[in-house]
Amino acid sequence: MTMLLEIRDLQKSFGGVHATKNVSLDVLEGEVHAVIGPNGAGKTTLISQLCGEQFPDSGRVRFAGKDITRASGPARAHMGIARSFQITTVFQDMTLLENVSVSVQAHDGHSFRFWADAGRDAALNAKAMTFLEEVGLQEKAHVLSREVSHGEHRQLEIAMALATEPKMLLLDEPMAGMGTEESQRMIEILKRFKGQKTMLLVEHDMDAVFALADRISVLVYGELIATDTPAAIRDNEAVRQAYLGEEAA
Amino acid sequence: MNASDILTPKGLIAAAVILLLAVMPVLTTIADQAFYLDIATRILILAIAAVSLNLILGYGGMVSFGHAAFIGIGAYAVGIPIYYDEYSGWLHFPLAIAVSALYALITGAISLRTKGVHFIMITMAFSQMVFFLFISLEEYGGDDGLLIWSDSEFVDGVDVDDPTTFYYLCFISLMGALFLVHRIVNSRFGRVIRGSMSNDKRMKALGYPTYGYKLTAYVISGAICGYAGALMGNFTNFISPEMMGWTRSGELIFMVVLGGSGSVMGPIYGVLSFLLLEEFLPDFMDLFSKDAGIYWHLPFGIILVLVVLFVRGGINGLLDRWNR
Amino acid sequence: MDTALLITQLLNGLQLGVLLFLLAAGLTLIFGIMDFINLAHGSFYMVGAYICGTLVALLDSFVLGVILAIPLTLAVGYVAELVVARTLYARDHLDHVLATFGLILIFDTAVHLFWGAEGMAIPLPDWLNGQIAVSETILLPTYRIAIISVGLAVAVGLYVLVTRTRIGMLIRAGASNRTMVQALGVDIKRLFSLVFAAGAAIAGLAGMMVSPITEASIGMGNDIIIVAFVVIIIGGIGSVKGAFVGALIVGMIDTMGRSYLDQFMKLFMSDQNAETAAPAVSAMLIYILMAAILAVRPQGLFPPRVR
Repeated sequence: MTMLLEIRDLQKSFGGVHATKNVSLDVLEGEVHAVIGPNGAGKTTLISQLCGEQFPDSGRVRFAGKDITRASGPARAHMGIARSFQITTVFQDMTLLENVSVSVQAHDGHSFRFWADAGRDAALNAKAMTFLEEVGLQEKAHVLSREVSHGEHRQLEIAMALATEPKMLLLDEPMAGMGTEESQRMIEILKRFKGQKTMLLVEHDMDAVFALADRISVLVYGELIATDTPAAIRDNEAVRQAYLGEEAA
Repeated sequence: MNASDILTPKGLIAAAVILLLAVMPVLTTIADQAFYLDIATRILILAIAAVSLNLILGYGGMVSFGHAAFIGIGAYAVGIPIYYDEYSGWLHFPLAIAVSALYALITGAISLRTKGVHFIMITMAFSQMVFFLFISLEEYGGDDGLLIWSDSEFVDGVDVDDPTTFYYLCFISLMGALFLVHRIVNSRFGRVIRGSMSNDKRMKALGYPTYGYKLTAYVISGAICGYAGALMGNFTNFISPEMMGWTRSGELIFMVVLGGSGSVMGPIYGVLSFLLLEEFLPDFMDLFSKDAGIYWHLPFGIILVLVVLFVRGGINGLLDRWNR
Repeated sequence: MDTALLITQLLNGLQLGVLLFLLAAGLTLIFGIMDFINLAHGSFYMVGAYICGTLVALLDSFVLGVILAIPLTLAVGYVAELVVARTLYARDHLDHVLATFGLILIFDTAVHLFWGAEGMAIPLPDWLNGQIAVSETILLPTYRIAIISVGLAVAVGLYVLVTRTRIGMLIRAGASNRTMVQALGVDIKRLFSLVFAAGAAIAGLAGMMVSPITEASIGMGNDIIIVAFVVIIIGGIGSVKGAFVGALIVGMIDTMGRSYLDQFMKLFMSDQNAETAAPAVSAMLIYILMAAILAVRPQGLFPPRVR
């Protein structure tokens, strides 16, 4: 398998606090790679450096063979990194279909088209609908997103990320705030794309992580302490102490 | 919008307001009240300005606190050529649009680097800059203002000096601006600016360089507002920097919010209620106590505060709730 | 160059800077801590001046008038916070702008109702009305020196308050991290009221001090408040130090620009062009400065550290 995302010696500190300490990590094409770690481990900082919201102090990030360390957020999106957000960030005043079509539109050339009604753009809507179907939301296509449940918002997030037809999905806690049943549905949805889409999954929900991940990296105080298969991570003594042990206690 | 939308209380009110505006000259002629045509004309012109502001404020989330500058620029684009005996409206209006658009491009390029309160304040500062620029231009009257002794001339036989003709020029312009903004907000471009209002970070993550889109919207808005300014110059036959003061920009924002920002008809309702209050609140107060009308700003200010505190979505929002 | 004129202009610049600081200090703290835009802050400047004018006429003492007018303006600010501002903190900036715009109309009309449409002159006592001779040619107006001294004293006082006291610590913490202050168990509402009312009183003090020169008038705060906003944006919103530096820069540049820009421009353009362009450019100078600073540093010169 080829390497899709290559992180090398990434460093980021805020006034003396090392949020990211010498992190090197590879995501292989087609794998689901989970990043876990206790609160304050620096997962959010890592993600924001991967999607261009913050830039590292030193180190490099390569994606699909190109250096993207200093690329802007929109540029990264165009290269094929799609992200979902930890806090739901769908457009509340638009219908679900409109939400997804904004995503589709993003990769459909520029949007400096001022006159034609986007709501009547059959090709745009049809394409958006296929992504809603992929996450099972087609029935609610014409409902305003402010009127659907939290779990459905999360599914919509995934559809919006998929709609940009990315090479890699960067999923920032897709299970955040979900009940057991909703989480289960989300795991099922993500499983469908396993093997087809490369995913970097940052998640707290251990059931989800162990159900989905091919490999797991463990981040503690900004530092990567292990990267291995789920089974090996489960047995890793350092991980147990730093992370799982803490949870058990 | 389709046929069934019109057959609701909200749709009927919208239709009635537009119809009323369409026949206003007939009504004022029958009633022999030329004064009311004046008020109605002012309403139309300010409504164009409010529609332009609504495009960026209501749909793009950009709180421009300097839109009065565009009205002033548009008006001076009529006044200054006439000062040099250039009377052609084919010069004035394109000039008003072009200069406004250019001003919007330059100031927007800087302002849109900032967000939130910084954006509000920097747009206001830029309009103050234009305000002081014209105050110091003694050649064009300085703070005394500039008299425009003629109207723009278009084609022979059409005289915009005639109140009814001018009224219909404004009416058609407003309908044009409404239609234009309606098309824009529903287009792909419109979705991008609505998306960036709702969540700019998300739009960037989807791959939109939102800055360019917002700047474009800002320029379009400025150009439309400059056009309204050119109409205003023709209407008042007088321009002064006072038209661009920051309180004027504040009033324009209030008109949009009062009517309901982010809705098609909102700006029109807002301007309508604002100007009618301004016109009739003093008279109304005089009924209770002689000369109480000079204090009309007091209830007006209280209404403003109450609207902000309690009326979400403005007049259009109230009609929405009535619809359900 | 005429030394006496230069010194006069320097004093004028310093005076404007100090007055702007008094307005900007409250503005920047209110914005920094409560994330609240108060356009009506200039109304306290006006209200302070009118209250002071009335008291001076009543008591026949300028100093006593000022001293009593300060707590009264503070009370006006306190009530405004309680009745209107408090309900707005949770809203967005657009609502702040509109509601406080409405407040300006209310304050302006209220002053009109109580004091009439005419301006109000405030007489100075003789001992403040004279001039101090520094040399044979250079005379400094006593009252200007007094304004500058009071302004600097308030600046020092605020600096000590903000950096050395417990309440100042809370104010600083509030400006950079609101949730932390709440987590410390501080009654944040009281802190807000206090800062708002104190800011109003300081703005009122500025109005009281300027009125003997310009006289108190309706809407007197509405133009200077915009300049005060320019100051806090240049200085970095939330920073008292930024407000101070920004106010002095703006005060100096504005004053110096108006007096000397034409001479400066004559260095590289024809006399006639310089004389035509200078007034326009000098009137826009502070806005040009603000645009330039924001283009390079969108957060201003001294942004408070991470939110």
